[in-house]
Amino acid sequence: MLQKLYDWVDERLDITPIWRDIADHEVPEHVNPAHHFSAFVYCFGGLTFFVTVIQVLSGMFLTMYYVPDIENAWHSVQYLQSQVAHGQIVRGMHHWGASVVIVMIFLHTLRVFFQGAYKKPRELNWIVGVLLFFVMFGLGFTGYLLPWDNKAFFATQVGLEIAESVPVIGTDIKTLLAGDPDIVGAQTLTRFFAIHVFFLPAALFGLMALHFIMIRRQGISGPL
Amino acid sequence: MHRGKGMKFVGDSRVQDKEQRNTIPKDYSEYPGRTEAFWPNYLLKEWLVGAVFLIGFLCYVAVTPVSLEQQADPNNAAYIPLPDWYFLFLYELLKYEFAAAEYIVIGTVGIPGLAFGALLLAPFLDTKPGRRPSQRPIATGMMLIGVLATIWLTYESVVAVDWETREEYSVDNMVEHEVDETHPGYEVYAQNCMSCHGGVLEGEPGLGPDLLDLPHTADTIAEISVEGIGDMPAGMFDGTDEELQQLANFIVENTDTDDGEGGDEDTEE
Repeated sequence: MLQKLYDWVDERLDITPIWRDIADHEVPEHVNPAHHFSAFVYCFGGLTFFVTVIQVLSGMFLTMYYVPDIENAWHSVQYLQSQVAHGQIVRGMHHWGASVVIVMIFLHTLRVFFQGAYKKPRELNWIVGVLLFFVMFGLGFTGYLLPWDNKAFFATQVGLEIAESVPVIGTDIKTLLAGDPDIVGAQTLTRFFAIHVFFLPAALFGLMALHFIMIRRQGISGPL
Repeated sequence: MHRGKGMKFVGDSRVQDKEQRNTIPKDYSEYPGRTEAFWPNYLLKEWLVGAVFLIGFLCYVAVTPVSLEQQADPNNAAYIPLPDWYFLFLYELLKYEFAAAEYIVIGTVGIPGLAFGALLLAPFLDTKPGRRPSQRPIATGMMLIGVLATIWLTYESVVAVDWETREEYSVDNMVEHEVDETHPGYEVYAQNCMSCHGGVLEGEPGLGPDLLDLPHTADTIAEISVEGIGDMPAGMFDGTDEELQQLANFIVENTDTDDGEGGDEDTEE
């Protein structure tokens, strides 16, 4: 039955090469923890992806309750974690997942760096990886404001002051992020929300796609 | 997809076998040792590891509730900002003299720009083919310095924070204020003061501060109501002397005063 369905689709779309690219390849011995326990260092990239999936899913559920507006944002978060069934768990996954994803991406970066895996021919994938790191930091920064509590508000104010200190374009960057050169308020919250759930995830998905396509195309780097 | 006679591909891939031959990694079959099929053997193991990781993560989430602090109050001048832990290294860096005040650009753009720029361009700064850390001491050394500096700055920042004080910012410690609405002065307050100082003396962002712990006596408050203080202009109060006295008594009796007359009639919860 399943085979018939596959054949039906394959006849029309020729999906076998896609399937082969995704799944049909050999895992070399040196990255397989079943053979060498020290190869667990190769798990950090996969775990980063896994936690990113957790972040996307939990974030999607959070937006079902969250209201990006300075009157209601804080109340919606408080309602979510005190009244909604499992709201505390979903918010907890998103909150702690943000920390775990930073830890994992950091460890993954260190693994790739100290193994020299960024060397020719993998320079471009390294650059995409570092850009992914920056996007993750951006997601962390913009997500911090959304609960609209004191912690969020004042940390964002400091962050925007840091952006403002950039020579020449500092004030423009701040205005772009906050919606106003001076006020951290209603517009800041909606902009950070838009950046957090639309702009940066779009960049994240695009870069992740590049990252994975390049890995599949080049293969994982050989043993040291 | 390119198609045509005479095209060569690397292994079973679609990467063309041309002069860029040396950029193409060795085929997996050329690696020494035991390779394993990704699907389904290896993926099953990955799922097991993922499941164990997920259980551990969920256990941590279940026992560690996320704190929510009190709603953002832009007028809260006493609040000490604290970023999320993974920005603490930058936050701490900006406290050093060479990276603060007139040198702030060094702290916000200079040092992080150099560090992250070097990270981004690492493949072009470290171009020799040797991959072992010992074969490229400069790159390894720089990275170790960067990692240690980040850990050190984060550590310095964490130990400098008074975590017990920060607990008080939590929503769990939020004080619900109440005022005595039957007090004769309440009506006067509602007409003259409430628009700037809030319904329960809690203040209004951008307009007026809270009146929750005033050090003044009733007479001083009456005086301030008429003559103003600081940014508060004179003539805000409009009414009779009797109403002024009622207003002052109302505020004194509902504030958490230390030396005022109404200190013993504290109605805060």
